Amino acid sequence: MDPEFFEMLAMPLFDQLFNLAQWLTGNRTDAEDLVQETYAKALKGFRSFEEGTNMRSWMYKILRNTFLTSRTGLKVQNTVLLEDEFDGLDFAAHNITPESHLLQLENSHSVMNALAELPVPYREMILLSDMEELSYKEIAQVLAVPIGTVMSRLSRGRKMLRQALLAGSPGRSTHAM
Amino acid sequence: MQCSYAATMIDAYLDGELLPDQAAVVQEHLGRCMRCSSEIAEIARVQKSMRSARGHYAPSAEFRRKVQRQISRPKRRGWLFWTVPVGVAFATMILLTTFAWVGNARRSAAFAELADLHVNALSSTNLVDVISTDRHTVKPWFQGKIPFSFNLPEFRGTEYTLLGGRMVYFHQHPGAQLIVALNQHKISVLIFQESMELGRTFMEPAALDRRTSFGIEAWQSRQLSFVLVSDADPAGIDNLARLLKQANE
Repeated sequence: MDPEFFEMLAMPLFDQLFNLAQWLTGNRTDAEDLVQETYAKALKGFRSFEEGTNMRSWMYKILRNTFLTSRTGLKVQNTVLLEDEFDGLDFAAHNITPESHLLQLENSHSVMNALAELPVPYREMILLSDMEELSYKEIAQVLAVPIGTVMSRLSRGRKMLRQALLAGSPGRSTHAM
Repeated sequence: MQCSYAATMIDAYLDGELLPDQAAVVQEHLGRCMRCSSEIAEIARVQKSMRSARGHYAPSAEFRRKVQRQISRPKRRGWLFWTVPVGVAFATMILLTTFAWVGNARRSAAFAELADLHVNALSSTNLVDVISTDRHTVKPWFQGKIPFSFNLPEFRGTEYTLLGGRMVYFHQHPGAQLIVALNQHKISVLIFQESMELGRTFMEPAALDRRTSFGIEAWQSRQLSFVLVSDADPAGIDNLARLLKQANE
């Protein structure tokens, strides 16, 4: 695509990209650096962007790859990820069913805190799926992982989130893991 | 179906990512299993609560401007890109205007020269070299003096009176100048052999020289260029031109 169209197509995504960037980095300064670098890279590589494909996914992919090579991102890559294979969701989740009504979903602040505390591989999965509402296929493309990995990580991420949101029982947040 | 199997599908079911037959299996299980149906309700609640993460962080206006400035670089290149053709077009326009102006100036100069021939004849002590009102006297007089011949109309019975003729030169080309009277006005009939220079000059069929206020009419016929110059009214010049055209067709 002609770089002249870049500004026209990329600027409307600015708010979304910044929001996603701060969710990933955890602070404003790093988010600004990340977004700035993402736009610079995207402009440079805009000729390879194919018309008719999803501009948002394309930009997310650049942002996410840029994040992985950033200071914060490298730290994330070094943390050992819980196995991605679908482990059949240990039914610990069922153990918390009686308390489920006490999940502090009404308190938006604690929900956002719980999300921010999630390890990046699960956080980004929930952000792309539940916040940005990308399809599994799109997520798989953005993150360059198989769809099966998307399914297992997303499922696990949501479960971890529920654990963290257990009302007044922070000690139990590790219980289901 | 086992709960453990449903659990692997429950998120995908909720996200609408299952194939229709897979979804039907999960749906059937959820209808029977209390634990799984309360499970999926809870996941849905958590999922829904994630929407408040949208727009949770907003960029500053300053930062937006900064990035915008950074990426609007190609636009400036685009601006340059357009400046060149516009500049070329502008230069071409100026050049064409200059040519047209020069051409026009040349034409004006030629008309001025023709008008000068008329004025020169009028101010001369001998208006004509051959004095005769008879076209059969005037025309033969030019034989041997100019390298072409022309026809004159019969002036008897018209408002015009032939006064005579003289030899003239225009751009080194010999030609005939006839003086025809219309009341107190005199009309010069200049006849030359057709040439490139005259051809350019006579591109415009009729024109009024604004500096001299002379009416000028010019046309070409059978390799001859005719020019009428006079201070008579345009209709008077027109009529004479018509007579001459008829005679030389």
